[in-house]
Amino acid sequence: MAELLQFVFSGLTVGAIYALVALGFTLIYKASDIINFAQGEFVMLGGMMTVFGAQAGLPLPVAALIAVILTTAVGLALHRFAVAPARGATPVALIMITIGASIFLRGVAQIVFDKRFHSLPSLFGGDPIKFGGAAILPQSLVVLASATIIVVVLWLFIDRTMLGKAVIATAANRLAARLIGVNTRSIVDFSFAVSAAIGAIAGILITPIALTSYDAGTLLALKGFAAAMLGGIGSAPGAVVGGLIIGMIEAMSAGYFSSNYKDAVAFLIILVVLIFIPQGLFGRAKVERV
Amino acid sequence: MRTLLATRLLPAIAVAAIVIVLPWFFPSAFYYRIGALVFIFALAVVGLNLLMGFAGQVSLGHAGFLGIGAYSVAIGPTYFGVPSWLSLFAGAVLSGIVAFLVGRPILRLKGHYLAVATLGFGLLVAIVLSNEAGWTGGPDGMTVPKLTLFGWGVRGADAWYWISGTTFVGGFILALNLMESPTGRSLQAIHDSEIAALVLGIDVATKKLTIFIISAMYASVAGSYLALFNGHVTPDVAGFLRSIELVAMVVLGGMGSIVGSLVGAIVLVVLPQVLTVFHEYEQALLGLIVMVFMIFLRRGIVPSVAAILKGWRK
Amino acid sequence: MMILETERLAITFGGVRAIDGVSISIAAGQVFSIIGPNGSGKTTLFNLVSGIYRPNDGSIRLAGETVTGLAPDQLARRGLSRTFQNLQIFSRMTVLENVMVGRHRHERTGVLADLLHWPTVARQNRATREAALAALGRVSLADAADRPAGSLAYGALKRLEIARALASEPKVLLLDEPAAGCNPIETQDIDHVIRSIVQGGITVVLVEHDMRLVMNISDRVHVLASGRTLTEGTPQEVRSNPAVIEAYLGVHGSQEAGRAFD
Repeated sequence: MAELLQFVFSGLTVGAIYALVALGFTLIYKASDIINFAQGEFVMLGGMMTVFGAQAGLPLPVAALIAVILTTAVGLALHRFAVAPARGATPVALIMITIGASIFLRGVAQIVFDKRFHSLPSLFGGDPIKFGGAAILPQSLVVLASATIIVVVLWLFIDRTMLGKAVIATAANRLAARLIGVNTRSIVDFSFAVSAAIGAIAGILITPIALTSYDAGTLLALKGFAAAMLGGIGSAPGAVVGGLIIGMIEAMSAGYFSSNYKDAVAFLIILVVLIFIPQGLFGRAKVERV
Repeated sequence: MRTLLATRLLPAIAVAAIVIVLPWFFPSAFYYRIGALVFIFALAVVGLNLLMGFAGQVSLGHAGFLGIGAYSVAIGPTYFGVPSWLSLFAGAVLSGIVAFLVGRPILRLKGHYLAVATLGFGLLVAIVLSNEAGWTGGPDGMTVPKLTLFGWGVRGADAWYWISGTTFVGGFILALNLMESPTGRSLQAIHDSEIAALVLGIDVATKKLTIFIISAMYASVAGSYLALFNGHVTPDVAGFLRSIELVAMVVLGGMGSIVGSLVGAIVLVVLPQVLTVFHEYEQALLGLIVMVFMIFLRRGIVPSVAAILKGWRK
Repeated sequence: MMILETERLAITFGGVRAIDGVSISIAAGQVFSIIGPNGSGKTTLFNLVSGIYRPNDGSIRLAGETVTGLAPDQLARRGLSRTFQNLQIFSRMTVLENVMVGRHRHERTGVLADLLHWPTVARQNRATREAALAALGRVSLADAADRPAGSLAYGALKRLEIARALASEPKVLLLDEPAAGCNPIETQDIDHVIRSIVQGGITVVLVEHDMRLVMNISDRVHVLASGRTLTEGTPQEVRSNPAVIEAYLGVHGSQEAGRAFD
């Protein structure tokens, strides 16, 4: 029972990160129909920039803030210089562009930073809290709380503000949105920027637990994407639920079966979802009209 | 009649001529190695091009089949005493079977769904290869026994240059044949309009599966050659980066251009050699190349050059 | 002999009964037109009969064989072919190659033979090419054979699709708004083409908005409104049926139309 609780907590923690990555995917997908494979790199950049900023002598909060700002700038640049010029390309071409961007960012991170693993100090110290026989890291609670706050803020924003409505409009019908005066280009800019920011924050939060390195982004992107697909791409609640489910299944299979194959869980889920329920848990199946 | 034959195979004859003539220009024996690598990858790229450029599908996990082929010639001789050439053949058959099993459910998907499904497949292969250390030697890989043909051990980059060059020309000819055939026309039709293809009686699902299997076998043979040539294999051969490199070669050379497959392979095989000291920049450059080509030169090198030449002729 | 029949065919999309119990019987060798106002379900009916949609209810029979729920390629192998309202041309191929694909049903080489380019393949390519050129000739597009399909004018593309469908030697040809977007000259060409097709023994089923073409060429006309059969009959019967006029123009409009002839 204690073991199960342990797995649940570690599953929820890592699941919260996947949920944030998935949320980033979903935001960009909703605003522009693009699958952004560089999403994982935003997470990596958040963590790595903070690490190196702190190493350079900056106080940790300042380093973190700068990391988020810089990563947001990278997200904007990605849209402006790589994605927007290719408007009208096939979905596969656009995926290839974001994959190229992901590899490019990884390659640059490898040169600018280094190839080693790095960590950050936890927010409330590293002593685990005992709960029902399980040991929970305080940082886990920070991650869960922060993820919840981000999700709620995002939801309130989309639901309650004009800008949020504009994002929904752009997602629903780009041309129509433009016709009613929405600057769709800025909306997509905005969605990339926010996704990058969310990713960076997620990266900073998880580094004390899971460490970070120049290539940590790829696996995260894939798992976050699996989560988004599981929940139903285009569905924000689906992204969150999908992330938590994948995190839990991963933790359970690592605990009860084999920890070697834990990474395979997400990929198996991608295949299963795509083959049997391509629209995901919360998505709607599309009818093709001829 | 004979002229018709000549025109159809002209690109193959040109490529064969290049293969034969090129070594005269090699400043040192080292260049045989580069040539061999180019032809090995070009072979895989031809297969992938048939799938992506010609039939309009996508595979972001194609290195998985490279891996199956590569590890077949490692595991076969080492654990089962099966000679290398037979293991190569078995690997190709195995790749075909895996392509059949995986392709059946996922080729129904289109666009980014198909892309991600193939991505997932490739990653799973890489993970299995990395984890099953008992068979594969784990993340550090395993040694690949040298190829012996008729009792003679195949050694040296120059031998592999000729083997891979010949095989590439062979694969090239098969691809050209396919393109000018009823199957080829069906595939092109599927690329342009699946629904029209269906309505004309084309069994779209089977045709897609067929080309997927063919392209998997191309990759498998290339992977086997790679492993035999290097004498060593690691799970990276099936990894995500490898798969993206293959797609980048397709895109660079020109989607649907079989000649472009060679061009794409040349650029991306030669690139790390050119970088030498700066090989750290390899990943960043690969990413940059993919981005630049997909944004600005989506047609690829060969079709773009062909279009310019056609413009000049007017 | 009834070459194509549907019996109480129905399909629902998200709560809307797009086709609601439609039964038609088409005799071989006829030109059978399906007309109706926008949204009446004509193209949906076509999509049902050509296997693109699966009906929720009812049955379809082709040359006496029940074919309900079969996929489009299976129907094609049984002699049903169609063109598309929004054109589904193979834009990357030449005009001739487009029609050569239409010969698929009659091609006999397998993948292995194709890969190795057995002599049978060269022979097959030649035979396909000749048959395709003949089909192009029937729609007066033979001299455009080697041009990229995308370079043709709209009206020519419609004829190209017909040639491609003809190349498969169907028993029944479904033409989905062949005259849509065509000027009067192009529509005349389509009229001639349809007549020559029927003379060749092929049954033609037409969905069309151009009333003059429909009235000139049809043996029987079936009127759909809101997914249901309104009436069926000869062109003359349908043309003078007040319910048909009302369906197209609405009650008010038909009153006005009636007044226009006073």
